[in-house]
Amino acid sequence: MADERQHRQVFHPSMNAISRFSIALAVMVVAALLAGLYFYVRSPYATGQNIVVDQPVAFSHRHHVSQLGIDCRYCHTSVEESAFAGIPATEVCMGCHSHVWTDAEELEPVRESYRTGEPITWRRVHNLAGFAYFDHSVHVNKGVACTECHGEIHRMPLVWQAESLLMPWCLDCHREPEGRLRPREDVFETEWTPDEDPRELGRRLVDEYDIEARTDCSTCHR
Amino acid sequence: MARPDENEPPVIEPGHGDASVTDAIGSIPLSKAPKSWLIGFAIGFALLMLLIVSVIYLFSVGVGIWGIQVPVAWGFAIIAFVFWIGIGHAGTLISAILLLMYQPWRTSISRFTEAMTLFAIAAASLFPVLHLGRPWLFYWLIPYPSAIGAWPQFRSPLVWDVFAITTYATLSLVFWYIGLVPDLASMRDRAKRPLAKIAYGVMALGWRGSARHWHRYQVAYVILAALAAPLVVSVHSVVSFDFAVAIVPGWHSTIFPPYFVAGAIFSGFAMVLILVIPIRRIYKLKAFITDHHLDNSAKILLVTGLIVSYGYFSEAFYAWYSADEYHRYMMYNRAFGDYAPYFWALIAFNFLAPQVFWFRRYRRHVPTLFAVSLLVLLGMWYERFVIVVQSLHRDYMPSAWRFYDATFWDWTTLLGSFGLFFTLLFVFVRLLPMVSIAEMRELAHHEREGGHS
Repeated sequence: MADERQHRQVFHPSMNAISRFSIALAVMVVAALLAGLYFYVRSPYATGQNIVVDQPVAFSHRHHVSQLGIDCRYCHTSVEESAFAGIPATEVCMGCHSHVWTDAEELEPVRESYRTGEPITWRRVHNLAGFAYFDHSVHVNKGVACTECHGEIHRMPLVWQAESLLMPWCLDCHREPEGRLRPREDVFETEWTPDEDPRELGRRLVDEYDIEARTDCSTCHR
Repeated sequence: MARPDENEPPVIEPGHGDASVTDAIGSIPLSKAPKSWLIGFAIGFALLMLLIVSVIYLFSVGVGIWGIQVPVAWGFAIIAFVFWIGIGHAGTLISAILLLMYQPWRTSISRFTEAMTLFAIAAASLFPVLHLGRPWLFYWLIPYPSAIGAWPQFRSPLVWDVFAITTYATLSLVFWYIGLVPDLASMRDRAKRPLAKIAYGVMALGWRGSARHWHRYQVAYVILAALAAPLVVSVHSVVSFDFAVAIVPGWHSTIFPPYFVAGAIFSGFAMVLILVIPIRRIYKLKAFITDHHLDNSAKILLVTGLIVSYGYFSEAFYAWYSADEYHRYMMYNRAFGDYAPYFWALIAFNFLAPQVFWFRRYRRHVPTLFAVSLLVLLGMWYERFVIVVQSLHRDYMPSAWRFYDATFWDWTTLLGSFGLFFTLLFVFVRLLPMVSIAEMRELAHHEREGGHS
C-alpha cells in the first residue's frame, strides 16, 4: 500500500494542458506589458498632448487672435529676441481691460493682480524637460511659424499642447526643415498658405537663411 | 556521449552501477545539510547582506562613495566585472568545448562549473550597472523602440558588452537547465516530501525518460554546446575591447582579446579547483571527481598561465618596440612605479606559481593545487587592477596624474560580490544534484561494459 502511494503520479494528466497554457500565457503577459509600456509613454496621458490645461483666468486665444486680430507679439513680446517668448504682465491685459469689460466677473483675478501687484499664476502648457535647451528667437527668425509647433492656437478657447513634444517630433524637423519653413515676415500669420510648392520654398529659404539640419546631441542638450 | 579510450585513466571509480550513482549524488539535496554547509552558507549570506548594504548606500549617495576620480574613473567596479566574467569562462569551456571534443572527464564537474558560470555572471553583471551612476536608467543600454527616438551608441564597446553578457547569461542558463532536466526527474522520483516532489516535478517538465525524450535531449544538448563554444572566445574578447578600443597606453593593444580569453580560463579553472577540492571531500564525491580531474585542471592552469605570461611579455616587448614615449613610460611605470608591487605580485602568482604543475606529483598534490589556485585567483585580480588603475593613473598629461585610493565601500562591494556568488552556490549545492546523475550513469555503464557506444 505504502509502495503504491510512493509510485503514484505527482501530477494529474490535465497538467500537460495547464502547463502549456501557462507558458503561452506567460509569454503573452510579458509581450502585453511591453506593448502597454510602449503605448503608455506615447499616450496623451504621459505626454500631455491634446489635454486642455485649466487656467486661473479663462483666457481665449480664439477670441483675442482670430476674432480681434491681435498679433502674437502684442503679448509674447520677447519671442523674437530671447529664448523665452514671454508671458504678458497684468499691465498688458489692463491696457485694454481698464476700458473694456471692466466689470466682467471672469476678469476679477486680473484686476486683483493689478491691485495687489501679485502676478497671475498661469499654468505652463508646453513644459519642456530641463535638460532640453530651446530658444524661441532662433526658430522664429529662421522662418518656423508659431503654428508649426503650437498648432492652431488661434482656434483654441483654452490652450492645449497640440504636439507630443517627444524627441522624435523635434528631430523630424531638425533632420529635414524644408517644407516646414515660411518667409520670416509670415511667421506670425495664423492663416497662411504658400503660393508655391512648400518644399521648393523650403529649399530656397534654407539657402537664404543659412539653415543647417542640426541633430548633434549638444544642439539641444547643452 | 562519453567515449572513454582504453588507455585513458578512469574518470570514475570502478564498481559503480546505476543505482549507486543515483544514490551517491541524488541523496545529497534530499538529506540533512552537513555542518560545513551551514557554516559556509552563513558566511556567504552575511557577505551578501554586506553587498546589499553597500548597494543601498551607493544608490542613495552615488558613486562618489568609491575611490574613483578622474583620471582613474574606472576602479574596483570594473576590475570586479572583468574578474567575475573571467571566472565564468571555465564553466563554458568544460561544458561546451570539452563536450564537443569527447572528453569524458568533464562529465562529473560540468554541472557544478556551469552553475559556477551562472553565478559568476550574476556577480559580474551587477558591476557595470552599479557603476553607471544612474543605475535606474540601465535599460538605456538596450536597443528598444524608445519614445526619444534614439538608439544606444552602437560604436561603443560598452554596448557590445551588453550583447555579449546577455547572450552569455541566456545561453549558459538554458544549457545548464536542459542538462538538469533528466536529473530533476530522478529527484522528483526519489523525493519523499510532497512539496519537494512537486517542485522537482514542475522543473522536470514532465520528463519520463522515454527513448524519444533522450533522443531530443541529446540533440538539443549538442546543438546548445555548439552554440556556446564560440562564447568561450567571444565574450571576454568583447570585454577586452572595453580597454583595447580606447587610446590609453596600457589598454590600446591588439594582444588584448586572446590575452583576456586565456586569463579568463586561467582564473576560471583556479576557481573550479578552489571549489571542487573542498566539495568532493565534504560530500564524499572522490569516486566521481578523481585525482585525474585535478590533474587535468592543473594542466589547463599551466597552459593558460603560459599564454597569459606570453601576453605580459608581449606587452612589455611592444612597449619597447613601439618606440612610443608614452607607451614606454607606461611599461616602465608599471614595473618600477607606485604600483610596481602589484605588477611583480601578478608575475609571481600568474607566471611563476603555476610552473610547479610541470610535475605530475604536484598536479595531484591537493594542498599545492589549492594554494596555487588561490594565488592565481589573487594574481588575476591584481592583473585587472594593474590594467585598469595603473594604465589610467598616469596617461598623457602629467597635470592630470592622480593616485587611486580604494575606499571602505570599494572593499565592501567587492567582498559582497563574493557573498552573492557563494550564497547562490551554496543554495545550488543544497537543492540540486551538483554532478550530472544521468551522465555519470552513462559513464559508469561504459566503464562496466567497455567502450561500445
